[in-house]
Amino acid sequence: MAPYDSILDLIGNTPMVEVSRLSPNPRARIFMKLEGRNPGGSVKDRVALALVEQAEKDGILEPGREGQVLIEPTSGNTGIGLALVCRVKGYHLKVVLPTNVSVERRQLLELWGAEIIESPGSEGSNGAVRMARQLAAAHPEWVFLYQYANLANPAAHYEGTGPEIWRDCPEVTHFVAGLGTSGTLLGAGRYLKDQNPDVKVWAVEPPAGEMVDGLRNLDDGYIPPIFEELGGSSLLDRKTVVRPRESIEWTRRLAEVGLFVGISSGAAMAGAVKCAGEVPEDGQAVIVVISADDGWKYLSTGAWTDDLDTVVERAASIIYF
Amino acid sequence: MPVDVRLPTLLRSQTGGRSTVSVEGKTIGDILNELVAQYPGMGGQLLNEDGTLHRFVNVYVNDDDVRYLDLLDTPVKPGDEVSILPAVAGG
Repeated sequence: MAPYDSILDLIGNTPMVEVSRLSPNPRARIFMKLEGRNPGGSVKDRVALALVEQAEKDGILEPGREGQVLIEPTSGNTGIGLALVCRVKGYHLKVVLPTNVSVERRQLLELWGAEIIESPGSEGSNGAVRMARQLAAAHPEWVFLYQYANLANPAAHYEGTGPEIWRDCPEVTHFVAGLGTSGTLLGAGRYLKDQNPDVKVWAVEPPAGEMVDGLRNLDDGYIPPIFEELGGSSLLDRKTVVRPRESIEWTRRLAEVGLFVGISSGAAMAGAVKCAGEVPEDGQAVIVVISADDGWKYLSTGAWTDDLDTVVERAASIIYF
Repeated sequence: MPVDVRLPTLLRSQTGGRSTVSVEGKTIGDILNELVAQYPGMGGQLLNEDGTLHRFVNVYVNDDDVRYLDLLDTPVKPGDEVSILPAVAGG
């Protein structure tokens, strides 16, 4: 294999592994796509690179010019991906980060030189988004790529993740992924439906609205602008909540078959298992599920080693999606 | 037979702090209307004036979002669990 020019060339082209041993239904096969294999450790490397390269194409960022500053709200993985891309390309990154993310996420941001601006943990990602928007408005000289509203986010998945799934598993009948900014589902889900309109797209989400206790009223709610702009509600076939206990139980089950993946991957797997359980008697399914990241960043939560009840309680107060 | 409805923190001020309430109904629409009848302060929070679901409110039956089932016509049977959550940002 020829050597790569840049670490950024290793983004994408992630492997898929069959995990049907964990399927509750012999007629439903399950394949997990391991996005933790990206160099920054998550699916968000794809988004980070796409956001920055689109801004370069649009002339908003200029490679090589000194003193360019980016600001972005993130619960972690997008920030880590952006920190990596910015370090390699020479931009300065400020991330607005809720205080209640795992300690490893903070350290990864710092090691690639990102500056952390803290937002209240009780307001979750909503609070980070609000603070970043205010700071960006006050500092028009900073570049605000805003992953929640930037079409380069789903485009990265329409052009990368989706075609990779279709290449490696054209038998796919169901696509399951975490909701987050909705970029993965909108991009890869749309690509798969464009190839085969019968593919069903399932979104999995944590009960984030239960954990975020800083909301004053429902008008403080948030729907990513890309979700509304790209008709997310007509693209998705199902949306299901997976609670922390089930997420951690499935994270552990995945470890039993050798996969050391993050807690949101356990949640996504729980969604895939639910999907497998609904395949009718006379039907067959091939489910592709996204593992957004590996387990490394969650070791401090004790997810694999501590008492389940203790870990579930801890998980209710940290952002793991 | 009543169905248990789990409420998010921000609606619990209406129920004296209770996180779960029991409500009668055969569909999600029945359940939400009955909730509003019992706790009028929830009216403007859950439903729009035309009776449709507020855009920042997600309602789930056994953890499935009703927007991807039959919305307010989604049937509810005894033993099901309904939960209401505000839409918040992820990622």
